[in-house]
Amino acid sequence: MTDAPLLIVGASMAGLRTAEGARRAGYAGPITFLGAEAHAPYNRPPLSKELLQTEGQGHADVAFPIRSALEEGVEWVLGRAATALDVERRVVVDETGQQHPYSALVIATGLRPKPLPIDDHGLGGIHVLRTLDDAVALRSVLRPGANVVILGSGFVGCEIAATAAKNGATVSVVSQSRVPLQRALGPQLGAELRRRHEAHGVRFFCGESLFGLVGDPNVERVILTSGVMLECDVLVVAVGSDPNTEWLQGSGLDVSDGVLVDAGLRAIGTDGTVHPEIFAVGDVARYPNPLFDEVPRRVEHWNLPTETGKRAGQLIAAQLAGDDCAPLVDQGFAPLPSFWSDQYDAHVLAFGMTYLADRSELVAGSLDDECVLEYYRGDELVGVCGIGMRSLVQSYRTRFAAPARA
Amino acid sequence: MIKITVDMDKCQHYGQCVFEAPEVFQLNADDKLEYKAEAPDDMLADLEAAADVCPMQAIFLSKE
Ligand SMILES: Cc1cc2nc3c(=O)[nH]c(=O)nc-3n(C[C@H](O)[C@H](O)[C@H](O)COP(=O)(O)OP(=O)(O)OC[C@H]3O[C@@H](n4cnc5c(N)ncnc54)[C@H](O)[C@@H]3O)c2cc1C
Ligand code: SF4
Repeated sequence: MTDAPLLIVGASMAGLRTAEGARRAGYAGPITFLGAEAHAPYNRPPLSKELLQTEGQGHADVAFPIRSALEEGVEWVLGRAATALDVERRVVVDETGQQHPYSALVIATGLRPKPLPIDDHGLGGIHVLRTLDDAVALRSVLRPGANVVILGSGFVGCEIAATAAKNGATVSVVSQSRVPLQRALGPQLGAELRRRHEAHGVRFFCGESLFGLVGDPNVERVILTSGVMLECDVLVVAVGSDPNTEWLQGSGLDVSDGVLVDAGLRAIGTDGTVHPEIFAVGDVARYPNPLFDEVPRRVEHWNLPTETGKRAGQLIAAQLAGDDCAPLVDQGFAPLPSFWSDQYDAHVLAFGMTYLADRSELVAGSLDDECVLEYYRGDELVGVCGIGMRSLVQSYRTRFAAPARA
Repeated sequence: MIKITVDMDKCQHYGQCVFEAPEVFQLNADDKLEYKAEAPDDMLADLEAAADVCPMQAIFLSKE
C-alpha cells in the first residue's frame, strides 16, 4: 500500500492549494483528485460578478493555473462524487463503486447552498449559485427587464443583486435580517450598502421571508410572510450553505458541522482521536483560530483555502516522509481571515472576524464615500473593513495578535 | 528571469500581493498598484504566493 496516492476529494481551490503545498514541501509521489464537478479547479468569486454578467465567459476565464509541479504524477478523476470513506482500510469509494486507496486523504469538498426553505412544488425558474454550471444557468435568465427576486442578503445574494441590477433586471431582495450583510458587516455598513443598492433601483424587503410561490410550470410570483406579492421570473435562493460531508457519515470522523480538525488540520474522530493521515481544508474544515479564541469554526473566506492548503501540504509531506509531525503541529495555526466583495463601485475589503463583533466604529472617511470601520467584541479588536482606503485597511494585518490570550 | 504581468483591467488595487512579495508589488501614495515587470528566478515561490492570493486572479507569471 506504500505507493497508494495522496487522494484529494474535491477538485477545489483548497484541494489544489494542498497539492501545491505538499509538492513544495517535498512530496514527489502520486496525487489523485476525485471531484464531483466535471471541471478542473476554478475560482468561484467571479461567478457572482464578471462571469455572471459577461456572455460567453466560461471555465477558461476562471480556471486556476496548474503550476509546473503538478504537471506530472497527478490523476484527475472528475465528474464523480465520493460516497463513502473506510478509515480502517484507507479507501474512499466513489459513486460508480470504484475504490480509491490512499496514503493520505484530503477532504476538500466545500459547501453547497441551502435549499429553498419552503416547498418548491417542482416549479422552474428557481436558482442557486455555487458552481460554474449554476452561474451559466443563472446568467441565461438575468435578462434586462426580468423580475428577479433574491432570497437572502449575504454576500452572494447582494452581489447577484448588484450584477442583475447592472444588467437591467428589476431586482428585489427578501431577507430576514434588518439590513443586508448584517451578520458580516454590522448595521452601520449594512445600512450604507443598502442605500447604495437602492440608488441602483434594488428594492429591499427586510424582516421578511417567503410564504408561498405561484406559477406553473415556472414561478411567476412569490408571496412574502407579510402578504406582499412580488412578480418573479427568476427566484435565487442565497440563504447560506451546508458542508458537503454526507459521504463521511459513519466513517467515525466528527462531521457535526463540517470536518473537525486540529491545529495541523488533521481530522478528529467522534471519540476524540486524531487521524494523522486525514486532513480537511477550505470551507469544509472546522478549526480553532488562536488569533481570536479556542472555538472551532468554519470560515467561508476565499483566502482560507490557500492558507489551509499550504499548511496541510506541509504536514502531508512530513507525514508521508515518516517525519515527526509534532513540531509542525505545535507551531499552531492562526491564519488571518480576509474577504472582499464588489458591489457596483464599492470595493469592500476586510480582515479578521468581523461577525464576532458586537459593535463597529467608523475610524476614517465617511460612510457614503470611502471609509474604514473597526469591529470590536467587547474592547477587543476582531476585524476591520473598508470601502477603498486600501493602505489603511492593509495596515491592520498585524494588529490581531491577541496578546492577552497567547 | 521571471516575467510578471498584471491585468490592470482586472486589478482592484486590493494590495494582497504586496504582502507576499513587497520587493515586486507596492501600493503607491494614491493606493494604486505599482509592480516590477521582472524578477530573479529565486523569487518564484513568493511570486506564486502573490499570484495565489490575488482576489481578482490578475497576476500572470512566465519564464523568460
Ligand atoms: C458565487 C460565490 C462568490 C464568492 N465570492 C467571494 C468573494 O467575493 N470574496 C470572498 O472572500 N469569498 C467569496 N466566495 C467564497 C469562496 O469562493 C469560497 O470560500 C471557496 O470557493 C471555498 O473553496 P473550497 O476549495 O473550500 O471549496 P469549494 O469551492 O466549495 O469546492 C468543493 C468542491 O468539492 C466538490 N465535492 C463536493 N462533494 C463532493 C464529493 N462527495 N465527492 C467529490 N467532490 C465533491 C464540489 O463539487 C466542489 O467542486 C464566493 C463563493 C461563491 C460560491
Ligand atoms: S492582489 Fe491582485 S487585485 Fe490586489 S493589487 Fe495585487 S494584482 Fe491588484
